[in-house]
Amino acid sequence: MNEKVNPYKPYMATVQEAWYETTGDRCIKTLKVLFDDEEVRENWSHLPGQCTMIGVLGVGESMISISCSPTEGKFLRFSVMRMGKVTQAIHQLEPGDKLTVRGPYGNNFPVEEWKGKRIVTIGGGIGQAPLRPIIEYVKANRSDYEGLTVIYGARTSADLCFKNELKDLRNCDGVSCHLSIDIEEEGWPHYVGFVPSLLMEVNPSPENTIAVTCGPPIMIKFVLQNLKKLNFADEQIYTTLENRMKCGIGKCGRCNVGNLYVCKDGPVFSYATLKNVPEAFA
Amino acid sequence: MESLKLDKDKLKDFIAALDSKKVYAPQKVGETIKFAPVNGDLEVSLDFANTTVPPKEIVFPQTETMFLFEQGGTDINLTKGGAEKVLLGVRPCDARAMSVVDNLFSWDIDDPYYLDKRKKITLVGLACLEPPLNCFCPSVGGGPASTEGLDILMTDLGDAYLFQPLTPKGEQLCQLSSELLQPAGAEDNARAEELHREAEKKITREVDIKGLAEGLPSLWKSEIWKEVAEPCLGCGICTYLCPTCHCFDIQDEMEGLDGRRCRMWDSCLFKEYTLHASGHNPRPSRRERQRNRINHKFSYFVDKFGVTACVGCGRCINLCPVNIDIVDILSKVKEAL
Repeated sequence: MNEKVNPYKPYMATVQEAWYETTGDRCIKTLKVLFDDEEVRENWSHLPGQCTMIGVLGVGESMISISCSPTEGKFLRFSVMRMGKVTQAIHQLEPGDKLTVRGPYGNNFPVEEWKGKRIVTIGGGIGQAPLRPIIEYVKANRSDYEGLTVIYGARTSADLCFKNELKDLRNCDGVSCHLSIDIEEEGWPHYVGFVPSLLMEVNPSPENTIAVTCGPPIMIKFVLQNLKKLNFADEQIYTTLENRMKCGIGKCGRCNVGNLYVCKDGPVFSYATLKNVPEAFA
Repeated sequence: MESLKLDKDKLKDFIAALDSKKVYAPQKVGETIKFAPVNGDLEVSLDFANTTVPPKEIVFPQTETMFLFEQGGTDINLTKGGAEKVLLGVRPCDARAMSVVDNLFSWDIDDPYYLDKRKKITLVGLACLEPPLNCFCPSVGGGPASTEGLDILMTDLGDAYLFQPLTPKGEQLCQLSSELLQPAGAEDNARAEELHREAEKKITREVDIKGLAEGLPSLWKSEIWKEVAEPCLGCGICTYLCPTCHCFDIQDEMEGLDGRRCRMWDSCLFKEYTLHASGHNPRPSRRERQRNRINHKFSYFVDKFGVTACVGCGRCINLCPVNIDIVDILSKVKEAL
């Protein structure tokens, strides 16, 4: 069998840096990794929104979104919540350890098409991981976009990812950042409440704007309702779906929502597409 | 190429003449009939209704190793490709099923494990002259003598088999044993056609699937799915032994320090199939899972590849422990549209 064309054969990569974003039962760890093979590193390209199958040999693979923008450099970043067997093994990785990566898979946020517009990202919890590449991409190409509004919330302040980066965002020209936590905390200077309510508070204008939301299904449901209240058209709203995946290339069957494969037709969908798919928000 | 004829008592010699290739034929293995390598004595009985296990397992084994590795190692050793095989006595429905599944494994990105095996098999079909009870192939575009996907179609003429080579691969195979095969006469061909027509008349089960692909999604909330799911045990046999079902899982297995990544059949009727690590399951009950099974076969697959992912072999009806009957389900769906 030809090694070059076997889509199931992963590349080996090495962890360069690793740190915890959050702590607790469902803690989130970020890994910064580099492919071992220089040719692979040079030929690799991805766009915001795409995913990879990352794994540990002997344990298995999980589909994880790439949480960095190609504008950041030749490395890849993954922010992984500890949840099952594979993510547990990924959490045990430290700098110098090996992991496997194959991909990139799926479509991407149409960041090129969005040029000239204002981008509003609305994230909840680990949902900020797939949104981060958009933020970095817009920052790197700042003059191409009218502006960027980041809306992000988590259960508590300890559950917010990318805290330092979010603080730095406030110093970027034309970028605003709005944070929320679900429950009141002493010393918390920002919004208290759920992300869909924060969205209404920020009240972004739909004029020449794209809204992108990622987070828990229940949050997405209410964010979509509220975006409609704010008069965003279906075509101006984007989200990502996730489902259990094994192959990543539209063969193994399980990730379908209706007649769409999340791994091939997604993970990025416009609401105009998804509103007609009955299983999309199951 | 013209039709040929093989005396039945020469079948053994015909198989011997294919010596460079491994020949698989339906054989009883334990309680099941499945395609297995023909033994040294070359005894083959083509007297069977259909195999319990469809020949899909030759190109898509129940479990197969994708690659080997060592714990802590970085080398990935891909499984080597297999040998050329001849499948003798494939029913036309199962050959059509392979054409259906080819779409999936070759769209967008080729699946090397499936396609390597698929390219190396020659399918010698055997027309169904006595279709079993629950067959409904004509309803889904097939027939007891359908040639789709086959390299040769054989028809049992009593004391001889009529051979109709259909592809260059099939012609090549006939040339390997040209001294055994006699040219068939016009009366042989006419007899075979008559047998095929009679066979089709013996199929009693039918369902009209026109409009299902477009209509099924509109029945998303229908009570039908609840009714179908009520007796379902979620055992998955309808999908495991379905010749067009192709869903798989990928798992790593360790034995000491030696590891292998393998893939194995999976089923959309299993809870774990869609279960997220978080505990969330987008298809939480058998209602959603059965709905997906039917929608996938008769709507999603049609949308994507233009063909129905059902060939009417009847296995899912015959083998269901609680008598769930896909023809009945489709008839109900059709009525509800």
